[in-house]
Order: sequence, then structure tokens, then C-alpha cells
Amino acid sequence: MAFWIASSPHNHMQSETSAIMRLVIYATIPGIFAQWYFFGWGNLIHISLAIITALVAEFTVLSLREKKITAQLFDGSAILTAVLIGISLPAIAPWWISVIGATFAIVIVKQLYGGLGHNPFNPAMAAYVMLLISFPLQMTSWQPPLELMALPLNFVDTLSVVISGFTIDGYSVEQLRMHIDGFTMATPLDTVKTNLTLGLTVTESMESPVIGNNFGIGWEWINAGFLLGGLFLLAKKAINWATPFSFLSSLFVCSFIAFLLSQDTNASTMFHWFNGACMLGAFFILTDPVSGATSVKGRLVFGALAGFLVFIIRKYGGYPDAVAFAVLLCNMSAPLIDQYTRPRTYGHNITSNPPKNSGNE
Amino acid sequence: VATVIERIKRGHFWTFHGGIHPPQQKFFTSDKPIRAVSIPDQLILPLQQHIGIPAELQVKVGDKVLKGQTLTQSAHPMAVPIHAPTSGTITAIKNSVIAHPSGLSELCLFITPDFEDKWRKRHICTNFNQLTNHQLIEKISAAGISGMGGAGFPTQVKVSTREDIQYLIINAAECEPYITADDLLIREHSPSILDGINILDNILSPRHILIGIEDNKPQAIKALQQATADNEKISVCVLPTKYPTGGEKQLIQILTGQEVPTGVLPSSLGIVMQNIATCFAIADAVINDIPLIKRVVTVSGQALEKPQNVWSLLGTPVGYLLAQCGYLNKDKKHIIMGGPMMGYSLPTDQVPVVKTTNCILAPTEKEISSPYSTGSKEVECIRCGQCSDVCPSQLLPQELQWSAKAKDQQQLEKLNLFDCIECGACAYVCPSQIPLVHYYRVAKSEIRQQKQLDIKAEHAKVRFEARKERLARDKIAREEKHKAAAAARKARMNSGTAAGNSEISAVAAALARVKAKKAGQAQSAQSSISEAQETLPRNTDNGQKSQVAAAIARAKAKKLAAQTNSSPEASSETTNISNDTESPIDNKKAKISAAVAKAKAKKLAEKSASLINSSSTTDKEASNTLNSDVDTQAPADDKKAKISSAITKAKAKKLVDKSVTLASEIETKTPAADKKSKIAAAVAKAKAKKLASQQEKTRVSVDSNSSNNTVANTEVDVQNPADEKKAKIAAAVAKAKAKKLASQQEKIRVSVDSNLSNNQVANTDVDVQNPANAKKAKIAAAVAKAKAKKLASQQEKSEST
Repeated sequence: MAFWIASSPHNHMQSETSAIMRLVIYATIPGIFAQWYFFGWGNLIHISLAIITALVAEFTVLSLREKKITAQLFDGSAILTAVLIGISLPAIAPWWISVIGATFAIVIVKQLYGGLGHNPFNPAMAAYVMLLISFPLQMTSWQPPLELMALPLNFVDTLSVVISGFTIDGYSVEQLRMHIDGFTMATPLDTVKTNLTLGLTVTESMESPVIGNNFGIGWEWINAGFLLGGLFLLAKKAINWATPFSFLSSLFVCSFIAFLLSQDTNASTMFHWFNGACMLGAFFILTDPVSGATSVKGRLVFGALAGFLVFIIRKYGGYPDAVAFAVLLCNMSAPLIDQYTRPRTYGHNITSNPPKNSGNE
Repeated sequence: VATVIERIKRGHFWTFHGGIHPPQQKFFTSDKPIRAVSIPDQLILPLQQHIGIPAELQVKVGDKVLKGQTLTQSAHPMAVPIHAPTSGTITAIKNSVIAHPSGLSELCLFITPDFEDKWRKRHICTNFNQLTNHQLIEKISAAGISGMGGAGFPTQVKVSTREDIQYLIINAAECEPYITADDLLIREHSPSILDGINILDNILSPRHILIGIEDNKPQAIKALQQATADNEKISVCVLPTKYPTGGEKQLIQILTGQEVPTGVLPSSLGIVMQNIATCFAIADAVINDIPLIKRVVTVSGQALEKPQNVWSLLGTPVGYLLAQCGYLNKDKKHIIMGGPMMGYSLPTDQVPVVKTTNCILAPTEKEISSPYSTGSKEVECIRCGQCSDVCPSQLLPQELQWSAKAKDQQQLEKLNLFDCIECGACAYVCPSQIPLVHYYRVAKSEIRQQKQLDIKAEHAKVRFEARKERLARDKIAREEKHKAAAAARKARMNSGTAAGNSEISAVAAALARVKAKKAGQAQSAQSSISEAQETLPRNTDNGQKSQVAAAIARAKAKKLAAQTNSSPEASSETTNISNDTESPIDNKKAKISAAVAKAKAKKLAEKSASLINSSSTTDKEASNTLNSDVDTQAPADDKKAKISSAITKAKAKKLVDKSVTLASEIETKTPAADKKSKIAAAVAKAKAKKLASQQEKTRVSVDSNSSNNTVANTEVDVQNPADEKKAKIAAAVAKAKAKKLASQQEKIRVSVDSNLSNNQVANTDVDVQNPANAKKAKIAAAVAKAKAKKLASQQEKSEST
């Protein structure tokens, strides 16, 4: 007669880390779809490349570390990292960018620190920053939205560009980046930043074709897609509300104050919200539990700091978008934030209890 | 307070942080009445079924017990008695596995029922309102009631609180899944429960009575509302279902909005909480005089054919209840005592039902597929924070988990590990499926263990410090005692009593020891020189010799100077011992020796030829002194005789080959000395012979002692004619001493005394002879050494006696 001996609780809600990871991956679909719709196949190709690289890298390191491979390889964390890298790269960046990025993210940033749960930095953002600093040319070769492109770009062309740097017809990356009118395109954020240095006001920049009617052709929809995915995650309780809420509020407040002070030199709040990697960062990067703060209070501080940093870097920094840098800086401060935002334990430092004999009726 | 009640009346409650909503699974048993099960073949009653200490056994193996009979008893408030659940025989009292998470074995009573179920005499109380509080508490205490919700805190302690109670909270939340025991009890026995509540009301007289019940028990709520309809004081608080609402601290927070400060009992806030089943037991105990011998147990789980609530006698083995409910699992048995959240796996189905057992859960493998039951699927924590979101104590389980794995006890305590109520909510939600509660339990026990060790170490340290202090204190006390004793001794010595005299001799002995040592050192250092000079004629002036002599003389002079006080005293001792007539002689002697020594010192410093003369005089004097000393003392005491014989022995050995030269030398100086030396030589020769013939050392001493006594005596005889006066004196002294010694009863005194006098002898020997003759000095040193040794051993002996 064998008796099972187990520690309480004997019940479990049957949630798994991998399930959360899968859910987050699914939630990126609207954003990826928008990317595909406005910028073509490039990001999908990079996502695939990154996933393959990440899995190979994860497998290699796990076998070297003599860990349980099947359980950890498909826990979704490596795939999620790869997806996030693929999303954030310029669509027509060369193939080795995503390969190096994914390898760096998995091997250096994640596994060298002890694997899942031990990495101090968000692997995708660390890889992105590494790539941006090491390969600035490739990492800034943003193509214009398909509708503004002088040249057609189908799947085969994109694949060819990613692999060889030239389309089937022999156009180079530089040529692909040309506007119909013959000038090189940049992202809306970049455009505003460059124009400011050229003495143009933000309002004048808004006339740029790349911005379109609202905040940037394609970009606004991509961000909307990620916002949708994020709301889905919130509804599913896969992520906590505190970080995205405080991040977006902080960015909103910062940009709103700046906008009030000087409308000519500052973009609007919604321009900040719906450009670059704002929504991706808010719902998919900053909510990475491993490298973020843990308590609600801590997450509020964490998100607010990130929002502030994004605004500061976008406004004064050398790079047009700032989410990756802000995330890394916040990752660094997360342990400190955690340290000082511990919740008050039940029964400790009670202030709310009414005095015992207060209410003699 | 009014606002609290108003809120409650409006159905508004506070909430506690976190909490979870696990599947209820109460429907298995909630629709069936409580069933009475038959008496099992054996009842196993652990002596301790509550928090606290077990009471003392009142029965022994073979005793026949009646139903309800007290089996253990104690006056201690934290000891709760147990009672026989049915009539039968005590068949064993031994260790058995009890209901405990770690499968501990503890002392249990084994009762074999006689199936007559015969009650002891009971006293039914028709109106408990007539009883005093003290009587009520007494009844509750005697009935062995402890909290029946889970923790098992002795009820009499809770109800004996002296605090002013505002709220009596009746816990009927029953938040654990599966369990319906309280639900059914309320539905079937609400009048009794109300009696119990009224009894508690009488005892505690709270301002308000709040019954906390989760909204998933509509029938029980209705029953309670009906039962309490005409009592304004009681409010039935229907709470939203959330685990762990039934936790004491959580329920207090929900109902009153107050937090129980860590480390204090709720009574300090004016709150007492009782489980609803405890209320029923109180009513039973007070009204029907039925001690706590049975309780409702939910037997549930999909591995049972007929899951149901049962009235189980305490002590019923779990296996018996399961069999009654149709347990299906044949091999892989997983039996949980308690609910799925906080219950614990049982190592065997022989574990008995105890006062705190509210549920026996027998799930199928599929039903309870907790990762913690079916092998660990634990992966790394991703700090998702879901655990801290659900923690009712607002802890940070993920950080606790890191620290627990790292065994960082300091950090664990900083993170308030001990505020963890082990509700299991964190582990329930953990997506990484980390058995968090298990980690906390292990860490808690490790910290407790460490604290025990720390306490032990602290005790040891305190003990050590105390010892050190005591030793220091003792040392000081000893020193002071010595000082006081010395002062007293001095006073006594000056007073001139017999006791004072012995003290004086003690001082003298000590001085003699020191001198002997010094002489020995001087001797050994200069032995080679002296050896070389021994062959030389005595008269030849030798620089080295005189230097040595000078050094010795200097040392002596110093000593004499230092002893100016003690030496007259030493002589006065002799005076006292013998009689007054002797004192001038002794004084004279002492004076002479002192003068001689002084003179010697002077003379040696000059290094003149007169050294010889003076030394010869001194020699004479010395030998006189020596003789007189020996004479007087040898016959006086056996021990003394031994010593003196040893001296002579030692001397004799050395003198054997050089006696002629020595004798002639002395001869030229004084005839008396000549004679003496001759005698001494003869004696020494005789002794040497004897010694040579005797092989065993011990024998030697014993034999020579006896022979030496005679030698000493003869010496005295022989010497007597040489100096009539001296002899007379010596005789008188000896007589007096003998008398005195005879009169002295204490052996120690005697030995000390004799030692001292011997030392004196040694002193004078050494003192007087050294300057006179290097050879003699050597001899004397040897003698002194021997004496010193002996004295040392003797003193040790005497001290020990």
C-alpha cells in the first residue's frame, strides 16, 4: 500500500509559465499583422529567423548546462524573446542582424545569467541596444510604408533583400528607402527630430508624408495593434496593469507638459503614444516580470520612470526612439525599486486600526 | 464601533488583500445529512490534540473506562484533557503516528471498545444562565474543548481573557474547498450552536456577536438567521466567498476592518473568535455534560463511493471512515487530512481523527492533479508577482522563495516569513509551480532550530561569563582572605599564643623553602667550582671561592636583613616552646648568626685573610647551632627525626670520602667541632654503609629513618658532654617540645610545626655553613634540596589532610 505524500496546497490553478508566454506571443499578433500590412514581409522574416536562432542557441546552452531541454526549450520564453527582437528590427535589415541579436539575447543576456528568471535585463531589448550600437547603419535602415515606396516590395523581394541586400531586380537597401519623390525616408520620430535640428517646427514636420494624417503612416496602426494585444493580456491577467498604466501616464504627462510649454518644439502626447515602440514597450517589454519590479507600488514607480526616460531620450537624446534604452535603465533600477516599495505586511506598522475603546455607544 | 455595525447591517464589509477562488467542490457532501458511523474496533487517542502541552495520564493499560471518562488531566491552562469516546478497555499506551504534517509519532492511548457505549454519570444542566462564569469556564475546560477549526487553540484560554471584549466573532466561513462539516452542523444543530454562542456571551459579555459565513452556504445562512432572529446582539454576516476568509486574521479584517498586530492575540483588540463547531461543543459540554469526544468530519473526494459528513468519535482511524464511505483506490492512496489547501497527506490510514480534523479527503489522481502531489514540475520563478497579489498577509512570496532557497535567514525574517499563515494561495497560483509553502515550512523550522541553537549558545555564553566572573571574584576574595589571614596571623604572632607560634613557624617554613631553593640554585651553579676547590687546603685564599662565598653571604645578609622581624620571632617560638630560660640562649644564637652573617658579609667584601678565622668561628658557631637544633628537635618528633636523619644522611654521603680532611680542618679550629665532625663522620660512614647495602630506595628511607633516629639520639648523647649547657638546654627543649607535641591533637599542626622547625634547621644549616666552607655549603645545599623536596611533599600531604 503506497501513500502519496505531498506538501500543501494539494490544489493548483493549473497555470504554467509556458502558458503565460504563449499568451503573450498570441497577443503580439495584431501588432505584427499591422507591421506586415504597412511594411511588408520583412519583420515576419526576421521573426522567423530570430525564433530559429533563439531555439538553436537555447538548445545549445541548455545542453551545455545539462538542463532539462524539452521542458525549458519550449517554455515559450526564448520564442517570445525572438518574436520581440524580430518585431523591433527594421524590416529590411540584413539576416545576420536578427541572428546575432537572437543569439546575443539568449546566450549572453539570458543563459549566461542563469537562464529563465535570472536575467537582470530584458533579453530582447538588450539585444536591440547591442545591435543599435554595433550596427547603426543596418539598424536605422527603416523603409517607408509600402504605400510611400517608390519600388514594389513583395515577399520574394524582401527575402532577397534580407539575405543578400538586393532585391531580385537588383535594387539596394538604399534605393528601397527612397520616397516616391526621391528622398530617403525615416521614421516619424526620426523625421521630427531631424527637422527640429534643421530649424523646422514640429507642426511643419507633421506635414511630412511619412506622418500622414495622424501620427505616422503604419506606425499608428502598429501601436494600436500592440495596444489591442496588451488589453487582451490585461483582460487575461497575463500581465499586471500597473506598469503599462504608469508608463503610458508618465509619458503622457511628460509630453503634455512639454507640449504646453512649447508646441513648436514638442510633439503631441498621442504622437508619443502611437510612435516607435511605445505600445510594444508598455505591454510587452516593460511587463516582462523577470526584469521588472514586482510589487504594485514598485511597478508604478518602474513604469513612471520608464515613461519619463522615454520622453527625455526622445526629446534630448541622440536616438529618435528610446524605449529600449529606457527599459534597460529601468531594469537596472528594478531591484532598488523593489527594495523600497515592499508592501506593508499584514499586522505590521498598523495605522488604520481605530483605537480600541473609541465607540462606546 | 457604530460605523462598523452599521456597515455590517448594510452588508458592507472590508476586504483582505489577495485571496483566491479555488473550485469549491462542496457539492459532494453538502446535500447529504450527517451520518452516524458505528464504533470502530479500536480507538487511537493522541494525548495531545491541540496547541499547547499534553495533560497527564490518569489511566493505565488494562483499565476499564466509561464513555466520557477523563483520561488525562492537568491544571496547566495550555493542557487540554481528553476523554474516552466510548466505554472499553485501555489496551495500550504507546507511540503511534498522529495527525501531523510530518507524520510524527506521539504517545497515544489505544482503547478497545466493549460496544456497550456505557456513559459515566452525567450532570445535565437545565439552565446554564444560573451558572457563574467561573463554573462555565470550568466546564469548558473539563470537557477538553480546543478550537475545532484547525489550529486547536485551547478554548478555556480564549474565554478566560480579561480584556474588554467588543466583538465575539463566530467563524463559520469554512473557506476551504470540499469541507462542509460546519455547513451541515449549522443546518442540523443551529439551536445547540446558539446555546453555545449564548454561553460564550455570558462568559465574555461582548458588545457584538458577529457570525461570519461565506455566501456559498445558503441553507446554513438561513438556519442561522432564523435561530438568531430574536437576538439583536448577533449579526449573521454573509461574506463573499474567497479563500482564505476563514483565517482568523482575515475574518477579523473583513468584519471589523482591523488588523491584528503581528505577535499579539486578537483579544488585545477586544476580539475573540470561536469556530462554530466549538460553539456546538461548548453547548454540549455545558448543558449535556458531554465532553469533546466526537465531531463532524467531511469525508469527501472522488475516490469515494459515498462521500458524506459523518459523526466520528475522536480516535477513529481514518481508514475506518474511508471504508464506511466506500474508498475505491486500491494502490496509489492519497489521503489528505484537512482541505486541499492546507491539509496534509497522511502516511498511513491508521491515523486517528482528532479534535481539529474537519475533513478527510480521498481524491483520485485526476482530481487533485496538483504539481506538488504528482511529482515536481517546478521551474524557475519568473517573478510574475501573482503570488504576492494573492497573499492575504501581503508578503512577497517570490522574494521569500529566493531567500528560502538561499537559506538567508536574516532576509527571511526581514520579509516577515513568520507572518505567513501557510494558506497556500501563493503556491496555488504560481505558474512556475513552485511548492512555495513547502519552502516556507522548511525555512521556518530551520530558523526555529537556529534560534534554539542561538538560545543554547547564549546560555552557554552566559554560563561561561558567569564562571569567569565567579573565578575573578573568587580570586579577589581569596586574595583578601589571604591578606586578612596574614594580618590575623601577624596579630596572632605578636600576641605570642601557641597558635601564633605555629603560625610563626609556618612563616619560617615558607622562608626556609625559599632559602633552600635559592641555596640549591647557588649550589648547582657553582658546584663545579666548589668541587675543584674542595681538594685545596681550606686556608688558601681563593678568589673564586671567596667570591662565591661573598655572593652567598650577600644573599644571606639580605635575607637576614629581611628577616630581622621573623628571625627574632622564630627564636621566640623556641622560647615559648621550651621555657624562659632558653630564650636568651636562642636569642643569642640568632644574634650571633645575624652578627656573624653581617660580619661575614663585611669581611667577604674586603676579601681579607681574616676570612678564614672568622669563618672558622662561624663554622664553630654553625656547628653548634646545627647540633643544638638537631639535638633539640630530633628526639622531639619522629618526623623531625626523619628529617634530621635525612640531613645527616645527605651530609654523610658527601662527607664520606672527605670526612678526614674536613675533620682535620675542623679539628684545628675547635676541639668540640672536631669531636662533632668525627662523630658526624662516623655516623656518616655507618650510614653510607647501610645505604650501600640497601638496594631499595623506599626501604632505604624507612630503614635509615629508624636507624637515623638512633643516630640522632646518640649524637645528642655524644654531644651532650661536649657542651653541658647546650645539652641541658637541648634536653629541656626536647622535653618541652615532646610535651607540647603530645598535647597537640591535630596532626596537621604537628606536621606543619615539625616541618617548620626542620626548615629552621635547614636554614641555619645552610646559612651558617655556607660561608664557612664551600664544601659544607654544597652539602648543606643538597640537604636543603632534599629537605625542601620532602617538606614540599609533606606539606602537600598536610595541606590535603
